[in-house]
Amino acid sequence: MLRILFYLFIVKPLVLIVLGINARNRHLLPVKGPAIIVANHNSHLDTLALMSLFPLSLASKIRPVAAADYFLRNRLLRWFAMDLIGIIPIERHAAGKNSRLLTPLTEALQNGEILILFPEGSRGEPETLGKLKNGIAHLASECPETPVIPVFFYGLGKSLPKGEIILVPFIVDAFIGEALYWRGSRQAFMEALTESMASLQKLARQNQRESAG
Amino acid sequence: MNWPILPLSIQIAFLSVGILLALSSLISIALVKTRPERNYRELRQRVRTWWFIVGIFALAVLVNRTVSVVLFGFISFLAFKEYLSLIPTRRADHRVLFWAYLAIPIQFYWVWHGWYGMFIIFIPVYMFLLLPMRMILVGETQGFLKAIGTLHWGLMITVFNLSHMAFMLVLPPENNPAGGVAGLLLYLVFLTEINDIAQYVWGKSFGRRKISPKVSPNKTVAGFLGGLLTTTMLAIALAPWLTPLTSGEGAAAGLLIGVAGFVGDVTISALKRDIGVKDSGSLLPGHGGILDRLDSLTYTAPLFFHFAYYLHY
Repeated sequence: MLRILFYLFIVKPLVLIVLGINARNRHLLPVKGPAIIVANHNSHLDTLALMSLFPLSLASKIRPVAAADYFLRNRLLRWFAMDLIGIIPIERHAAGKNSRLLTPLTEALQNGEILILFPEGSRGEPETLGKLKNGIAHLASECPETPVIPVFFYGLGKSLPKGEIILVPFIVDAFIGEALYWRGSRQAFMEALTESMASLQKLARQNQRESAG
Repeated sequence: MNWPILPLSIQIAFLSVGILLALSSLISIALVKTRPERNYRELRQRVRTWWFIVGIFALAVLVNRTVSVVLFGFISFLAFKEYLSLIPTRRADHRVLFWAYLAIPIQFYWVWHGWYGMFIIFIPVYMFLLLPMRMILVGETQGFLKAIGTLHWGLMITVFNLSHMAFMLVLPPENNPAGGVAGLLLYLVFLTEINDIAQYVWGKSFGRRKISPKVSPNKTVAGFLGGLLTTTMLAIALAPWLTPLTSGEGAAAGLLIGVAGFVGDVTISALKRDIGVKDSGSLLPGHGGILDRLDSLTYTAPLFFHFAYYLHY
């Protein structure tokens, strides 16, 4: 209930009115779970912007996967992350090395939920794409039937960059790619994912001439 | 609510716009039915968005002063946001941009208050002096001139100029017995939009010589002159119903709106050309962004406002 209210009165107005989102190929987004959304991570707003792309009926199914050490460090942040956003906390430094750590994620997928993952790890330089971490490949190998949908955001790093607390309104571009599936090997999957993200990034660059300075 | 004192001319004006739109809807539906081989999707979208724009405009004009000022302030916010999202900005200016956004509620507060002196100098003087100072506090000098120049130009076009529309609604209504509170604004917006449409139609029908091929290849001499004539005729005809202007002043207002609307349109076109986009955004389906629709008004609103203000207020 709390999550639905948060979605209706905070997420939607914030993303649609304060920011404004211009999504390309929106029809490629999943209409039901299970599914995994993979996005570049430039700002705390990434998660909210992604959530806003889904209809209200799916709002309670969206589960951002986030770092336990960051979001569970105090009670207020924990309440915000767990009860309002509905994150699944993971230990980021151990992820991938131990498949037991992925259990909450595979369980969520079995329940038909839609996971949001930021495989770059922490928020990088605005509008760039850091190296993708392998955890996503482990998850895909455990759930080979689940579609993995890449999304590239442009502009959120301008609105609320890392280290800033003041939000400045900007219209954000979201580029959604075709769904990918497990490819038999970790390397093949990571290559396909990286390539897909890179081509979405190229689209974003063509769309918006790079800013000077 | 000022429904009871809504002048007859305003009621007729809205009714006429409703009829015009209904006709456009019928024509576009008929075109889709009779000529299925051609794609009229954009036309249908365009007309549908017009209904939405007129609905918002009616709400902004007819309820009361607070609703008017909030809605026009919000429209300025959307336009300024669209502008800032288009242009290159420096990352160092994050907080400067935040201050520039703050100018919007403050400017519209002066409008709500009816404080003309402050309304007219706040952005051209105070923000003009404050924003560079805030930039200097950040300390990034590389690209300073470009950053402050583009920021202030956008603030002038999207906030200062457009806020003149809202100020028309707080001018003393007793100076405009025919049109009341909303007459002057209705006159301006109707003529500006009709001028856009008339220039397009005349240009499509008779246009050959291009006025400014590099900036806006669709603008022709015939389109410009035909639009100007249409707008001036309508301006003379509507002046006694909506404004305190005499017929001579109405003719001058028509010429002013026709020329300024054209210049506003090509100015925003030049901006889009420079940045390399076709539309300024995607907020209004069939039209493009909000700046694509407001382009002419960014010029006609302040010019017509001061024309009428000098003569009658």
